[in-house]
Amino acid sequence: MKLGFSPEEELFRAECADWLQGQMAGEFKDIKGITTLTAKAERRKEWEQQLAAHKWSCIGWPSQWGGRDATLAQQVIFAEEYARAGVPGRVNHIGIELAGPTILTFGTEQQKARFLPGIAAGQTIFCQGFSEPGAGSDLASVRTKGRLEDGEWVVNGQKIWTSLAHISDWIFVVTRTEEGSKGPKGLSFLMMDVKQPGIEIRGIKQINGDAEFNETFFTDARCPADSLIGAVGDGWKIAMGLLAFERGVSTLGQQMAFRNELDAIIAAAKANGQASNPLIRQRIAKAEIGLRLMRYGALRMLSNTDHSKIDGAALTYKIQWATWRRSLGELAMDVLGQAGEVAEGSEYEWGMLPNLFLFSRSDTIYGGTNQIQRNLIAERGLGMPREPRGDL
Amino acid sequence: MHFAFTEEQAMIAETVKQFFTENATSLRTRAAMATDGIDRALWASFCAELGLAGIGIAEELGGAGLGMVELAIVAEAAGGQVAALPLLGHAMAARAIAAGGSAAQQGDWLSKLLSGEAIAVCEGSHSLTCTDGKLSGTMDCVPHGGIADLFVIVAPGQAWLVRADAPGLSVTSHVTMDQTRPLATLQFDGVAADALADPAAALAVVPQTGWIVTAAEALGVAQASLDLTVGYAKERVQFGRAIGSFQAYKHRLADMMIEIEQARSAVYWAACAVDEGAEEAAIALHSAKSFAADTAFMCAGNMIQLHGGIGFTWEHDAHLYFKRARALQSMLGHGDWHREQVATMILGAAA
Repeated sequence: MKLGFSPEEELFRAECADWLQGQMAGEFKDIKGITTLTAKAERRKEWEQQLAAHKWSCIGWPSQWGGRDATLAQQVIFAEEYARAGVPGRVNHIGIELAGPTILTFGTEQQKARFLPGIAAGQTIFCQGFSEPGAGSDLASVRTKGRLEDGEWVVNGQKIWTSLAHISDWIFVVTRTEEGSKGPKGLSFLMMDVKQPGIEIRGIKQINGDAEFNETFFTDARCPADSLIGAVGDGWKIAMGLLAFERGVSTLGQQMAFRNELDAIIAAAKANGQASNPLIRQRIAKAEIGLRLMRYGALRMLSNTDHSKIDGAALTYKIQWATWRRSLGELAMDVLGQAGEVAEGSEYEWGMLPNLFLFSRSDTIYGGTNQIQRNLIAERGLGMPREPRGDL
Repeated sequence: MHFAFTEEQAMIAETVKQFFTENATSLRTRAAMATDGIDRALWASFCAELGLAGIGIAEELGGAGLGMVELAIVAEAAGGQVAALPLLGHAMAARAIAAGGSAAQQGDWLSKLLSGEAIAVCEGSHSLTCTDGKLSGTMDCVPHGGIADLFVIVAPGQAWLVRADAPGLSVTSHVTMDQTRPLATLQFDGVAADALADPAAALAVVPQTGWIVTAAEALGVAQASLDLTVGYAKERVQFGRAIGSFQAYKHRLADMMIEIEQARSAVYWAACAVDEGAEEAAIALHSAKSFAADTAFMCAGNMIQLHGGIGFTWEHDAHLYFKRARALQSMLGHGDWHREQVATMILGAAA
């Protein structure tokens, strides 16, 4: 067991920090510190391309496809320095962290050549078409249909909660390609161009007033036959493989954003006297401890190379951070008091902490609700019997 | 950076787990509970056969070398069986002597302690007074105080060795809720004490050792509570179903696992941070002690609830874990105190 980084790795850290901080002080000063998913989307697309130009866009990928074959430690370091420098989240995180690894794992050589260079270069922004109005927690109940017609896939149906769809170029879609099939069987995984007449995107206004999520409607939307990843009927297997990528190194960058939120709470508590309230002190200490444990949980998960056994750290990670962050939002409002309920300007727009309070209610829902997570943990991690399926 | 056991560490973990599972049985632990709260035969084979009493003690002093990660591995396994052993006091005392004892003090005691020939207990005091090398006053709640041959007593800026048979020292063991680690009161009436040569060096290792051992024990208690309950959930049938198929039940098991995974990160983070002399060792230790002890209590309490009536019986082992967990919470600083130390680090002292 070793937590420290080697001198070479520390040099790499300095290189990352130098470059990232230089960018945030220079050409990309205007996007520094943005915390929402979609603000200044066009500039952030340029930032994706700047990262690519300096080979920082996907360092964990093979060098053949624009990566650096970076070691785990290097990826950890880059993710930490990225967030530490106040660089906003990647608008193409779905492309870099989900679509890319999925194509690398399941795609043909032709598909790799077709998609990976665009993703690596920051030219192709991806979004994810999984959930549907009738397939939320029960993801396998997907009803969006795909059929092969004259060498093209033709897709009809509706996806929901497609974050970033309105600024994306491509979407990957889980569709039911076997007529009459049910559950995880008969699903297929397709890559589709978002900017076509058969795809319509409508924003969903959220409780914080923002609209990062969308409804995406497919009406005879089309893609070439070779846009299918894996074989017909492999959709569920690929979707599940993709969800495992979601627990990768990027979680460490996400934690640095959490660090910034907790630091803002600490600063607010010091400023308004709540830092002397013993109950608030306990809760801030708990939040600090929880955040640290998240980091070491992620490092355990990333250091684990024995994939034959259930990885408890990985299995419990989502509910852990989501619940932690929702509590952090509540702590923020308890520290701020009534002042936290007043917007700064004349719009229904919120600063970091009130927005954290509102937005974090979604953390325990998207990507598998806390209730679904507990089922998964009990069933996969502890071998408890599976929930029975109803027949409605 | 590689936050997983090395092959050697994994081997130690497997060895100690097997050792405690085979030897620290419920039957033997209960026999110890009925007497003075120590399984002497178990301690003797732990020291002599496994040679693990010297973990965290340098090889040139006769120890096994290795570090806090390995000590945590051992303590976790011991906690998993609620073994009736003086491991906590021993580790603190032996490391205090190794770090702060003179060559003579080390020579007098280390080989005896590491071989199991003598048992030492280490405890802090703020109230003992020392006049002309003689100690007076009272120390309450000394874990395993009743079976110690040697006491290592640490106080602000000072540390002493006191033999249990020293004239003027009276030791009273109490009926204690956790019978696997009975507490004793020590009454000092002008007791000759052998001052440790370098008390600061001893003081530097005593709290970290104690917090790592208690946190790791707590992790073992928590994991065992979950494992035993998972076993029961699969075999107990009510309403025509295994009770583990009920969502209300499954979700509580999941909640236990979520806390345990964090406690595991906390314990090994703290152990590693101490071994590597990392700056964040202090915050890691406070995190580990508070988080792991609270997790142990949560899991042991759930074990009773999820076993239903049988979990409330003396016959079932649930209460052994529950009582050990409770004792671990109070020992060496309650969670609230540790969290206040963390709060002070990040918010400054309370106004």
